[in-house]
Amino acid sequence: MRARALLFVMLAAAAPGAAETIAITNGTIALGDGSEPIPGGTVLIRDGRIQAAGAMRFKLPADTIVIDATGKWVTPGIVAGFSRLGLSEVDLGVDGSDDTSANGPFSAALDVVPSINPLNSTISVNRADGVTRAIVAPSTGRSIFAGQGAVIDTGADMDPITAARRFQFVELGESGADTAGGSRSSAYALFRNALREAGQLSRFMPPVQGGRSGQPDQRDVPVIRDPNESRTETARRNDDVLLTRFDAAALVPVLQGRQYLLVHVERASDILNVLGLKREFPRLKLVLVGASEGWTVAQQIARAGIPVIASPVNDLPASFEQLAATQSNVGRMLAAGVRVSIGTIDDNDTRNLFAQRQYAGNLVALQKIPGATGVRWGEALAMITSRPAEAVGMGGELGSLAAGRRADVVIWSGDPLEGSSAAEQVYIDGVRQPLATRQSKLLERYRYLPRRELPEAYRH
Amino acid sequence: MMKAVAAALLVAALTGCASLAPKPKLAPAVRINQDPYPSTYQRYGGAPTVIRHATLFDGEGRRLDDATIIFADGLIAAVGGPELASPAGAVEIDGTGKYVTPGIIDVHSHLGNYPSPGVASLSDGNEATSPARPEVWAEHSVWPQDPGFSRALVNGGVTALQILPGSANLFGGRSVVLKNVPARTSQGMKFPGAPYGLKMACGENPKRVYGSKGNMPQTRMGNIAYARQTWIKAQAYKRKWDRYEAKGGDMPERDLAMDTLRGVLGGKIIIHNHCYRADEQALMIDMAKEFGYKIGTFHHAVESYKIADLLAREGICSAMWADWYGFKMESYDAVNENIPLVHNAGACAIVHSDDPNGIQRLNQEAAKALADGQRAGIPNLSEAVAWQWLSRNPAMALGILDRTGTLAPGKMADVVLWNGNPFSDYSRPERVWIDGAEMYDANNPKKRPVSDFELGQPGEGDTK
Repeated sequence: MRARALLFVMLAAAAPGAAETIAITNGTIALGDGSEPIPGGTVLIRDGRIQAAGAMRFKLPADTIVIDATGKWVTPGIVAGFSRLGLSEVDLGVDGSDDTSANGPFSAALDVVPSINPLNSTISVNRADGVTRAIVAPSTGRSIFAGQGAVIDTGADMDPITAARRFQFVELGESGADTAGGSRSSAYALFRNALREAGQLSRFMPPVQGGRSGQPDQRDVPVIRDPNESRTETARRNDDVLLTRFDAAALVPVLQGRQYLLVHVERASDILNVLGLKREFPRLKLVLVGASEGWTVAQQIARAGIPVIASPVNDLPASFEQLAATQSNVGRMLAAGVRVSIGTIDDNDTRNLFAQRQYAGNLVALQKIPGATGVRWGEALAMITSRPAEAVGMGGELGSLAAGRRADVVIWSGDPLEGSSAAEQVYIDGVRQPLATRQSKLLERYRYLPRRELPEAYRH
Repeated sequence: MMKAVAAALLVAALTGCASLAPKPKLAPAVRINQDPYPSTYQRYGGAPTVIRHATLFDGEGRRLDDATIIFADGLIAAVGGPELASPAGAVEIDGTGKYVTPGIIDVHSHLGNYPSPGVASLSDGNEATSPARPEVWAEHSVWPQDPGFSRALVNGGVTALQILPGSANLFGGRSVVLKNVPARTSQGMKFPGAPYGLKMACGENPKRVYGSKGNMPQTRMGNIAYARQTWIKAQAYKRKWDRYEAKGGDMPERDLAMDTLRGVLGGKIIIHNHCYRADEQALMIDMAKEFGYKIGTFHHAVESYKIADLLAREGICSAMWADWYGFKMESYDAVNENIPLVHNAGACAIVHSDDPNGIQRLNQEAAKALADGQRAGIPNLSEAVAWQWLSRNPAMALGILDRTGTLAPGKMADVVLWNGNPFSDYSRPERVWIDGAEMYDANNPKKRPVSDFELGQPGEGDTK
């Protein structure tokens, strides 16, 4: 399909009452799978899914909605690779609007889902800039384990969750050391102990059955059938437990490799320590988050086959765990064979996810800098679309315009990796989204300042 | 002088007739050194340089295609078309497909006083021990080995920048303007002759920092009251010292804090006022009128678009981000068109960073603001016009426009050659000159500064 061959795809005539078909034609199409853009292509959406995309001509059903994208660019929606989107309306000094981290009794058991507010203005602002999905992690409170993160959409509806409890998030670098009492040794002891406690618990978990259909998998539900079990099982469960039972139970799917474990580390030695955990707990499905010094150990990361969600443009020794930070980090890891995607790690992560496409453009820019390692345009786009989805095992659903994917599609005024381009139309699951925000309303209210017959408050 | 006075007194005593002696004169005023930490910056050497066939934004709002720029002896010599003749022995650079601009100037940076690494030992930006600390000077906190300076140069094309104290205090202290040329001392980076600034802050930060300790200010009205009380003291101090300097006599007691505020009241120190909200900006404007000083620039001015007409009338600059919003209540009403709206109202618009990462991409921030403005239908915007937000207007805000900020002949040769259009995410500085000295060349690893801190560390000397 990526070859410029012209394919003719015949569509069955839409049956009465069937979902609508949308064809976006004549745009520059970028599939988001790493390939370079295709001029004059078409994207076909049916039933909320991508039916086909590329340099094709289609015989369209009579009721097809055709959108002419001449002069525009068409891509999958941006996937925020690592974020706190939807968790905080205002970050500082506004009690109650910030749910990013908790200092309550639970840690790994925390589920980010109830904290996500789909009407949060950060969601509409990012939607208006073409961000359609986000990987959302809680921040740590008192434990190295922050809890279970989700994949969400940014649609203008009350159903933001694409995948609940998709991963557990743990801090094992400087921040983890600090939380654990002041050293990495302490963080690792806590980590090993936590998985050991989960291991003891897992022996009493219900047997695993059934496939992975659309229904929530029972194995993902961290519930013990008998709430009194910890008392009845004291003989077998260690007396010196540190985790609450809910927390230990939440780590069972991590231990068994049924839930991803996103690990934030930056320093080279911390990265190698995490790779070492894979040998110790072979079923862990690890994803590295951050990895500013990843390029210095890129071969090892590649060999371990562990994906990385990196901060793309960190180039300062902002801390002693980021001394080797360079904007070439992503390009060098990619060149070594690491599966890399882009996230905003501790970088306005509740709200400025729209910056990801500008960052991706900056990685493209590095190709022209002698001594730097940049990223091809197509791969840079993939790093903010399909690659983060793949990192959490959702590449078959999200992040590209391949047939069968959810129809998250953005029509841009121009090259989306230029910050100067804007999202003009945004589709999520094939549904066209409103792009108005508080900001666009403020603009309309104040763009002309001369006094009128009534105060500004009457302009709405 | 002292001898002469002593002799006169002796004569008076010898005559023995005090009534006939002239009324004893007051001792003349002792001059206070206004520049006790003077700049020791000296420009580095550079060959006469000619760049031809580039696209040039002059910083005054003009764009020249197939432009030629000539600089020598640290100064811009000429800007024009292909007809300009090269001086003898000049280095010739082919700028085909490339862009030439004035160096970017960031009016709001904490490089050096909140440096990398961001550890407590190096955290020197806020003297948060009293809401009024006009006595502290940012230059006494600037660590010249902050690796961030080199990133701002190499990736950002930043040739001058203002380091401000933080915003915990209503009066944060004096700022310092630096040339982005590495040096062993902060004095070695000081922009020669640049006026001092005074950092002030409105709004959430002072009331949060002190209110949370149970101290004044705890409210916005507390902010204003505390600031007014401080200005009243400053006025009294100024009267006392003005009289002394005019007439001599007993030297009044010196007060470092009041020295700075007197400098503001006397028009020698420029006010840089952290102030997000439009309503608070308007209050600060009235406060300035009440006490007879002028506000130079509102920083983090996310609501300037609401009162852009007032700001134009008052001649106050706004230093703004392109799209930061909502991280605190006073940034909740940010709009992406703020910068172009302020510009369009005839007020002075500046793109600023307040961030060691953002300072590396100010050109891209301007590009976003420009595009947002054009999409909103704001007239008369162009890349050449928008470059004023990056160099001319910040230079004006810092009181150094007569020396830098545009490519006018006779100004400092603070010049960036970009490897493509700087309004694109795909472009970077290829070479940067400061006072005509080449401080960065992307093709020469030896022309890449590496701070002491980075020596011997992983990644030393890497492209960053």
